[in-house]
Amino acid sequence: MNAIDKTTLSRRGFLAGMGGMSFAIAMGSDSAQLFSTEAQAQAAAKTINAWVRIAPDGIVTIYSAGAEMGQGSKTSLPMILAEEMDADWSKVVIEMAPADRDVYGYTFNKQRGMSIVGSRAVMLYFNDLRMAGAQVRKVLVQNAAQRWSVDAKTLKTEPGFVVNPANGQKLSYGELAATGTVPNPLPTVEAAELKPRSEWRMIGKGVPRRDTPEKVNGKAIFGLDVSVPGMVYATTLHAPVHTGKPVSWNDADIKKMPGVLDTVRLDNGVAIVASSFVEAKAAREALKVVWDKGAAANFDSDAALDAYAKVSADPKAQVASVEKKGDVNAAFASAAKTFKADFRADHGYHAQMEPLNAVVRIADDGKTAEVWEGTQAPDNTRDEVAKSLGLAPAAVTVHQCYMGGGFGRRSLGDYAAECATIAKQVKKPVKLVWTREEDIAFGMFRPASFQHLEAAQDASGKVTGWKHSVVGDGGVLLLTGIRIPYYQIPNVDIERRGVSNGIRLKHWRAVGHVFNVFAIESLVDEMAVASNMDPIQFRIEKMAAIPKLRRCFEQVAKMCDWNAPRPDGRALGISLSERSGSLGAGVVEISLNKDTGKIKVHKVWLAVDGGTVVTPGPAKANLESGIIYGLSGLLHERITIKGGEVQQTNFHDYELMRMSDLPEVMEVHLLDSTERPTGLGEVGNPFLGAAVANAFYRLTGKRLRHLPFMPDRVTETLVS
Amino acid sequence: MVSFNLNGRAVSVDAKPDTPLLWVIRDQIGLTGTKFGCGAGLCGACTIHINGEALRSCQTQVSDVAGKSVTTIEGLSPDSSHPLQKAWVQIEVPQCGYCQSGQIMKAAELLAKTPKPTRDQIVEHMDGNICRCGTYHNIIAAIQLASKEG
Ligand code: FES
Ligand code: FES
Repeated sequence: MNAIDKTTLSRRGFLAGMGGMSFAIAMGSDSAQLFSTEAQAQAAAKTINAWVRIAPDGIVTIYSAGAEMGQGSKTSLPMILAEEMDADWSKVVIEMAPADRDVYGYTFNKQRGMSIVGSRAVMLYFNDLRMAGAQVRKVLVQNAAQRWSVDAKTLKTEPGFVVNPANGQKLSYGELAATGTVPNPLPTVEAAELKPRSEWRMIGKGVPRRDTPEKVNGKAIFGLDVSVPGMVYATTLHAPVHTGKPVSWNDADIKKMPGVLDTVRLDNGVAIVASSFVEAKAAREALKVVWDKGAAANFDSDAALDAYAKVSADPKAQVASVEKKGDVNAAFASAAKTFKADFRADHGYHAQMEPLNAVVRIADDGKTAEVWEGTQAPDNTRDEVAKSLGLAPAAVTVHQCYMGGGFGRRSLGDYAAECATIAKQVKKPVKLVWTREEDIAFGMFRPASFQHLEAAQDASGKVTGWKHSVVGDGGVLLLTGIRIPYYQIPNVDIERRGVSNGIRLKHWRAVGHVFNVFAIESLVDEMAVASNMDPIQFRIEKMAAIPKLRRCFEQVAKMCDWNAPRPDGRALGISLSERSGSLGAGVVEISLNKDTGKIKVHKVWLAVDGGTVVTPGPAKANLESGIIYGLSGLLHERITIKGGEVQQTNFHDYELMRMSDLPEVMEVHLLDSTERPTGLGEVGNPFLGAAVANAFYRLTGKRLRHLPFMPDRVTETLVS
Repeated sequence: MVSFNLNGRAVSVDAKPDTPLLWVIRDQIGLTGTKFGCGAGLCGACTIHINGEALRSCQTQVSDVAGKSVTTIEGLSPDSSHPLQKAWVQIEVPQCGYCQSGQIMKAAELLAKTPKPTRDQIVEHMDGNICRCGTYHNIIAAIQLASKEG
């Protein structure tokens, strides 16, 4: 809320200053005034349940718990509720929900949470929001029934009104809210009372995203744009080796630098506080820190993968079973043919466009605090900030800001807690901004991995046995996408061999799917080739692909005209995609520059079954975004670590896909479905590794087995 | 004190001459539409116009703009009515939105010089601006739309 107030105030300050020749720098006075005005306006409105307020003028305020990092959830979640309560969308105002998981969280694995990772927003909130909307509608209808002394069952609603079909009488939601009563407890709603699909006005069609207008004129407030009165700036230098701790630094010299107000010792680095970010950054560059490097001091990312290969081959290595089904040993013992292959993947960095940042203001009495952050998990931010200040979570207010990208990095509240630590020491509101260099060096990466896969075919060519062993650090991050429920293989053995390196690791748009699906679908392609079969037919006939997956393959085959010949020097590759309940199948058409080793992806087709599609526009945009993110990670991005230190520093050596790398054709299709919605934010990228590698094989007869496919690696593969 | 024209108005700021214009605009003047992405001239998130030319404010010292005319996204149009802004809304280009001020400012330079750009001209002109959310195809479509209607 303050973030919004701040725009108003600084705009006002800006315009006022423009009257004369000189410009005074005022970041706005305290925002208490606006706060209380708004609070008064709200007092007159009626809160029906935790999600909705209806004001006498008919304005419906709906909370959105969908952290907005570009996927459109801030609009789509309230739209689901508005649909079910039959609100007039033009009168709906959206506010971000408070960071209270008990009230605004979803339930996942029996736990309440607000963290939007794993494409959870629409998938996990869909039912709850429909029920909440139906509950509101029921209360309004009951109130109207009372007013008119008729049976509630005879009444209907249309956007913003309760109507009596018998006599055409109408009462607006605003009128009802002004005088009506909200029963306590609220009426319950049965599933049968929900609107039938045929009556949906918005779900399945979508509404314009509410965040678009302010994202084309500079008014959208990201964490980095927040300022509060009396604020000072901080930036950090974290240990270049992730396990490091600061021992000492040139503190006296640093404190003499212009604008520097203080330095703060952090567990894993040093923070500099200054009156401007520019001064803080200059001091950061002058910092000379003696580090205790810790366990990761000698980590080398290339050597680590060689070490992982040894763990993979070591019969005495510690194994954590992920899934065991049937009798795998028997399947292999009786196999007519067996296959095995190894795959590797390097670390990947999120590279969200907005470097990490937060603003924290602690009350003078130290009893409460506020934080402004763009976060995927406001509840975690609240907890972490509270912990770092020794407060109860309820004493911390989180002001959710737009995120300049999330991709899994921003769900821990870590940098907000860091900002709180700094604010506590300097006793002033602090804005913490990491430099891009810091964001990479102290990144949390998609884990590197080594994969060993084996498959057994019986005499009829059916795949009867499947083994997949993944080696790496990162625990469960390694396991997303490793199971293959979409192939009905009777005998399966999936395992993880954990290694601990001390490198910081995190979710990264579908994380494990990136390397697991790459390995799985590369091996499947090898088997199809060895069986002399079309890869789609092979999956259907010999891998027993479930009908949902089969439909995706059939759809994508149509989209790309799978059997049509391609121009010289071009080839197609195919792979399934899967994430958060959604299934898909994708095809790429590539060419290769043999001199440079550069792979060019010309065309991409992707068919996805994501259940009921709530907002088709953003759904499609999410898939396209996933494709670009995936291709970027596949062809351009590689984190390497030597002597424990990340070698890449900014976008010149950690390159991201640019417009000139865009495929000429990018076609996505969402299959019709009446099932519940499943995740769409991350199903756009997992297929790309195998699809490109499989196309590469058709072009060159060689298999790419190590992600990413950087030109030097491609060249090596070609001469191997 | 450095004086220049910002979005059509005269401003004077008290800043060291080598301060990057980006931080002067954002933190001193309080116009936060111009973004910080890399601080090293590599991403284009900080793109603004100086005398009509799209430049990177993170690589521009405030002293360089003395007496010049600077336009930020906030000054591109008073009410989001620039053909590019309208096209951006119509096509729903932004995802996270963080890169989009820079994209629009860069595209505005193109249309000012080449009102009817080809696809290749668009790609060549825009290639320095990163969009991590991958809205490139929609950016191209929006520039094409604006060039038709503009
Ligand atoms: S912030 Fe200026 S080019 Fe990236
Ligand atoms: S819209 Fe997110 S970086 Fe471009």
